[in-house]
Amino acid sequence: MAAASSRKRKGKIRWSKLYSFAACFRPLTSEERPAARELIGRPGFSRVVFCNEPHLHKRKPYKYPYNYISTTKYNVLTFLPRALFEQFRRVANFYFLLAAIFSLFSLAPFSRASLIAPLVFVVGISMLKEAVEDWHRFLQDLDVNNRTVKTHISNGVFVDKLWKELRVGDVVKVNKGEYFPSDLLLLSSSYEDGVCYVETMNLDGETNLKIKRCLEASLCLNEDEEFSKFKATVHCEDPNPNLYTFVGNIEFEKESYPLSPSQLLLRDSKLRNTDYIYGVVIFSGHDTKAVRNSTRSPSKRSWIERKMDHIIYILFSMLVLVSLVSSFGSLLYLRQDMVDWWYLQLPDDNKVNDLDDSNSEKYDDRFFNPSKPVQSAGLQFIRALILYGYLIPISLYVSIEVVKVLQTMLINKDIELYDDVTCKSVQARTSNLNEELGQVEMILSDKTGTLTCNQMEFRKCSIAGLSYGGDITEVDLAASMRMNTDFEPFEFSIDETDGATRSFEPFDFSVSSFSAQNGNARLTQTEGPVIKGFNFRDDRLTNKNWIHGSNLFVITMFFRVMALCHTGIPLEDDNHKTDKLSYEAESPEEVSFLIASQEFGFQFCRRTQSLMVLKEFDPSSMKEVEREYKLLNLLEFSSSRKRMSVIVSNEDGQIFLLCKGADSIIFDRLADNGKAYEQATTMHLSSYAEDGLRTLAFAFRTIEAAEYESWNTIFTQAKATIGPEREELLEQASEMIEKDLILLGVVAVEDKLQKGVPECIDKLAQAGLKIWLLTGDKRETAINIGFACSLLRQDMKQFHLSLSRDAESNNQVKDMKEDILQQIESSYKMVCEERNKEAPFGLVIDGKALEIALRGDVKNEFLQLAVNCASVICCRVSPKQKALITRLVKQYTGKTTLAIGDGANDVGMIQEADIGVGISGMEGMQAVMASDLSLPQFRFLERLLIVHGHWCYQRISKMVLYFVYKNVAFGLTLFYYELYTSFSGEVLYDDWYMTMFNVMLTSLPVIALGVLEQDVSSDICLQFPALYQQGPRNVHFSWSRIIGWILNGVVSSLVIFLANIYILSPTAMRENGFVADIDSLGAITYTCIIWTVNCQIALITSHFTWIQHLSIWGSILLWYIFLLVYGALPPNFSGNAFQVLVEGIGSAPLYWMITVLVVVVSLLPYFIHIVIQRSYFPMDDHIIQEMEQCYKKYDVRDNEMWVREQRNSQRSTRIGFSARVDAKILSFNQQLQQKKLSIYRSVTNSPIYRSITASPFS
Amino acid sequence: MDTDRERHRARETAFYLFTQQSLPACKPVLTPGWVIAIFLFMGVIFIPVGLITLRASHCVVEIVDRYDIDCVPEPSRMDKVSYIQDDSIPKNCSHFMKVHKYMKAPIYIYYQLDNYYQNHRRYVKSRSDKQLLDGQKYHDTSSCQPVESNNNRPIVPCGLIAWSLFNDTFEFIREGAELKVNRKNIAWKSDRGHKFGKNVYPFNFQNGTLIGGGKLNPEIPLSDQEDLIVWMRTSALPSFRKLYGRIEEDLDVDDVVVVNLMNNYNTYSFGGKKKLVLSTSSWLGGKNDFLGHACVFVGCSSLTLAIIFMLLHVKYRRPYGDMSYLPWNRKSFSG
Repeated sequence: MAAASSRKRKGKIRWSKLYSFAACFRPLTSEERPAARELIGRPGFSRVVFCNEPHLHKRKPYKYPYNYISTTKYNVLTFLPRALFEQFRRVANFYFLLAAIFSLFSLAPFSRASLIAPLVFVVGISMLKEAVEDWHRFLQDLDVNNRTVKTHISNGVFVDKLWKELRVGDVVKVNKGEYFPSDLLLLSSSYEDGVCYVETMNLDGETNLKIKRCLEASLCLNEDEEFSKFKATVHCEDPNPNLYTFVGNIEFEKESYPLSPSQLLLRDSKLRNTDYIYGVVIFSGHDTKAVRNSTRSPSKRSWIERKMDHIIYILFSMLVLVSLVSSFGSLLYLRQDMVDWWYLQLPDDNKVNDLDDSNSEKYDDRFFNPSKPVQSAGLQFIRALILYGYLIPISLYVSIEVVKVLQTMLINKDIELYDDVTCKSVQARTSNLNEELGQVEMILSDKTGTLTCNQMEFRKCSIAGLSYGGDITEVDLAASMRMNTDFEPFEFSIDETDGATRSFEPFDFSVSSFSAQNGNARLTQTEGPVIKGFNFRDDRLTNKNWIHGSNLFVITMFFRVMALCHTGIPLEDDNHKTDKLSYEAESPEEVSFLIASQEFGFQFCRRTQSLMVLKEFDPSSMKEVEREYKLLNLLEFSSSRKRMSVIVSNEDGQIFLLCKGADSIIFDRLADNGKAYEQATTMHLSSYAEDGLRTLAFAFRTIEAAEYESWNTIFTQAKATIGPEREELLEQASEMIEKDLILLGVVAVEDKLQKGVPECIDKLAQAGLKIWLLTGDKRETAINIGFACSLLRQDMKQFHLSLSRDAESNNQVKDMKEDILQQIESSYKMVCEERNKEAPFGLVIDGKALEIALRGDVKNEFLQLAVNCASVICCRVSPKQKALITRLVKQYTGKTTLAIGDGANDVGMIQEADIGVGISGMEGMQAVMASDLSLPQFRFLERLLIVHGHWCYQRISKMVLYFVYKNVAFGLTLFYYELYTSFSGEVLYDDWYMTMFNVMLTSLPVIALGVLEQDVSSDICLQFPALYQQGPRNVHFSWSRIIGWILNGVVSSLVIFLANIYILSPTAMRENGFVADIDSLGAITYTCIIWTVNCQIALITSHFTWIQHLSIWGSILLWYIFLLVYGALPPNFSGNAFQVLVEGIGSAPLYWMITVLVVVVSLLPYFIHIVIQRSYFPMDDHIIQEMEQCYKKYDVRDNEMWVREQRNSQRSTRIGFSARVDAKILSFNQQLQQKKLSIYRSVTNSPIYRSITASPFS
Repeated sequence: MDTDRERHRARETAFYLFTQQSLPACKPVLTPGWVIAIFLFMGVIFIPVGLITLRASHCVVEIVDRYDIDCVPEPSRMDKVSYIQDDSIPKNCSHFMKVHKYMKAPIYIYYQLDNYYQNHRRYVKSRSDKQLLDGQKYHDTSSCQPVESNNNRPIVPCGLIAWSLFNDTFEFIREGAELKVNRKNIAWKSDRGHKFGKNVYPFNFQNGTLIGGGKLNPEIPLSDQEDLIVWMRTSALPSFRKLYGRIEEDLDVDDVVVVNLMNNYNTYSFGGKKKLVLSTSSWLGGKNDFLGHACVFVGCSSLTLAIIFMLLHVKYRRPYGDMSYLPWNRKSFSG
């Protein structure tokens, strides 16, 4: 009961007072309002909403859509036409559709079924896939649409209503923690003054809470019953995607009030810290700003697939060419010779007259009509187009689709990509992009929720010039560890003087002590309960040990600043199990401070409007005392002030100003006697900053009562001012009091990275990927994270692009443009100058500058600079900007980009990038729903790209090339045979052989290749991330390769066809004198083809599991089985293939010898090629395969060379953890070198050394 | 029970390995040693095989005799077509063939036609397999166009192929005595047994205005008309041989065989050639050196390649697993 009442009380605090200072920074200034009023009613601002009267919106002209949203591509009616259209947009499919249509008119050289069946199969499977994917989307929509919200029906009664049934004009009540179902106009909230707190992470990625405030007029509507008679009319702008503007007015009780964005609650944002709000639906469903902001997810095709189209075009031109040759040949024969071939009984003009008319009509054959040779040739052309259709790999698409689905399945099943914590694994939502994963060159990453967990941890502090919380950083540790392993070579490389070696000893010692310390740290971390937000282990401060410290006053003040200088409030747990409180504050940073101060014994336990209560541990009495501090003023934090202060008076009436803020700001405002610890603190600051910790400096001053009084009048005056100068006056006032501070120390909080993020970034950097950080957060945070992720490092040259104050205040686009352009040019000049030195550059740019930099004429310069920097960090960017950057980078560089993010603010970027990756596991699903792949954790990106991406790229490119080869090799034999049949269109092979070719006899090995091929195993991929570069550099799918494979196919087909012709004709092929007829020749040639293409794939494969063996050799065996079975069928069915193997060719030794010879000869060119390539122009994977074999043989895998190569492969990296370690080692080495030199000099200068070197016996 | 469980577990592990893509695999790496071995092996295999093949081919004795021009009397040579189409002129003709090498029985008799497109699509399709098996019981002869019926009655066997049956005949006389020619079993057994009906007799055949090739004895069922069966196995190429019969006596060196032939078949209108071929056969069939030559060539090339690679390997040896070729060790690499 008591708890409930206290909560009620807390709810009634006038929060507006707390934030009074902040209010003046609201983006919309009052001058804009009159302008808005004029706009209402004009085009674009014509929307009328009758609040609480949704029934009025059922009829025109006020009929607006329901709150139903749909993200599906198709619906029941449009599925068939649209999906079919999508399918036949593919060139090859369209061609086969035409072929199938022609087959209906007896134009085709094959039976109808053999043309239509594969097409139906291929298209059917693809459409099925589309349908299943769309179904999943539908289910997700259903989930969202069926959420419920309390809606007013009548007489002040609120009932649950589904989101999708909500109408414009409905009054809804949203409770704490719920999402807003649509864009709402805020009417009132649980707070007296009608404010509410909104988390807009899904919209813009900003994690801090935003305040929304209702109109004064509607404040009274804060009970259910009030709504029975409520009526108002809203005139406002039409639906638009602009998140930060809203223009409108509301007519309520016969008066009109202007509305601003601060009354608008957007869909997909969340109510926080407020028990409930009442709102009226203004925009619903697809009219909401969030939905308008989202673009329809585009269907993405991978680069290889797009290039595949070009290959298809090439094959098409080949097809048209040979068809033309065929029809011309046919034309020539028909004009000259064919008439004389009496055995064909062609209708000859001269002879027809002799015959009776009935007969001559029957003789008419459209394909061979000497009286109409051109028409016949035209028909022959069409027939040839269909006949040589085997050049176009029809089953390529379906095989690729099957392979990709299987690949996706394997990726999803990968146990290494399974997250125990969230129990989720990787989900590839579209399987189109597997191979694209192997070609990524740029990663555009969101920060919050992707790299970081959106959780702050108190890590270190420096109080009174002493640093607490451990000194060792991971980088130091790794550097010293590695130097230890490299120790021996060092020893030999330097002079053999005793002194030099001795000089290593202290170093060696320090390394071991490092590791010992680290071990301890690890140990202590595991013991004791883990406190969220507090990761600080230092026995000097914890467990109230600080009371033994020397600077007790400073320490106490430090903790007081931490406990008092904030805007947070304690949350009261209903079950008081522990005396620990949890807190809620505007930023997670403040929460971590409050938790830390509680741990140190300064528990902030209550706040009233003018009072803050601390439970302090009093060192003198060793007891906890409750002390009250009067809150006199609060000078709010803002991005321009970069500091925050509270003025409090304690129980003794002493007035303190407690201030926390960015170090540079605080250091500028120190009193002369307050700089005692400045130097030591600065040192600590820089080391904290390099570890990527976010630092804040704490300072305080005591204020005399008189001084305070005089200042307070100025401040109150400033506060009371209305108008544009208010801001300035307030700033001046605060400036007056925030001076002469005494530095206490600094704190370092860690924006906690997700597990494995630095390691992952390190590996990705080694793989040659560029990582851009795009965040909505402020610059300092972004830079800190840049350091924490090793995207930035201390010795890196950083360029900061931002608008100068002047340019910003003038608001002149031209000035701003010039300003930015100048900055870009000067930076770029520097990059050009220092390019040779291999010095890495980092670029930091903020949203406003970016907006200018991305405009048409500056864009190219900016991108040129950005691409040349090792890492790029964009802060304070809007979702639209994220998408824009992604698109521009994609266009400008032409490289494959991957965007990864977790919130709805990343949706644009995710959809725009070549591959969009969503982080699942967090609450919002928007990013995942828009993504092509979802990961539970950022760190999985490493394995996904470096292992699976690399594999898939290799597999798909090998597979496509092989497909091209296979179909060229087979299709061309058909053409060659035409040369021998006077281009009459006769086919060498039985219809069924041909149908079987792509469907059964050659499909399984290529699918096995596509699913299971590995050039090197997964752990070696991870050890040599540089192998990944094969993808971006596209070694496996270059035009030379494609042409090479086509040529290989041409050679194979020539060898196969000519050898068979010359060996089998015209003499007998068997001992009993039988000669090879058309069927025997067909079967023998076909056998050679099956053997050749299947052996070819065996040559490509470098990883044989039993599945590959089974599919390759099984396919060949299957051909013989097929031939046996087909030949055993009654001749009515099998036709000329009847008994062809058993009686015809099987018993002829010649048949088997031909097979062997032809297979060997047709594979010889490729074999010689790979032999030469492997021996003299080896590729990375070849060498690594060899290395792997070597090491496996001798079992010395972890030997020196292996490690060295591994390290060499990382050498060119400029960002990432390893690069930092390398830089550190470099600096260590330089120090060592200097030390060594000095020792060497001292030794060589010593007389003893001289005497030794002078002696000939040394 | 235990074995069941073990088997189950084994299956589970296998599936796990499959999903983790870590099935045991053999990863052959092409080393110089392997390359040289493979080429050597190919050389060692193909050269002997080629030589054996060549030997087999050389054992075959083959006599080819073109008779289409010689068998037209001098006066008609200007207009061979009208000669061959004129039924009133007797077409018999004699030819001499000299045996240059001992020929061991069976000696196969082939007739060879050149520039004759038996593989023309219109020609190949013009037949009805069902009719050949069922005779007049099978009515649909539309596939036989343009020779499917005459006087509104179906033709058996219908179609262009049957209609254009080769009808030159040959008789062989050695030293005054007729050589016995066995004309049985010259067609595939499966054709005789399963594709040409035992109770199907030629009907309405060659009764039309346009007479193509040979006539058939309507008394003999199709399954026994082996000439037709052989003819109807259409050849793959425009130059082809077909089996006519077998001489089952040996022929000695310098034997002179007199061939009495009936030169009925018209190849003159399209400039085709007719040849008579006597040939023995080996285990590889007829006389054809191509396979042997190809094998020897491949074998020799393989040996040469083996030697070239061996020399290259000795001279420009790239150490196995040489790290200096890795991109990050290459100087030109710009990362």
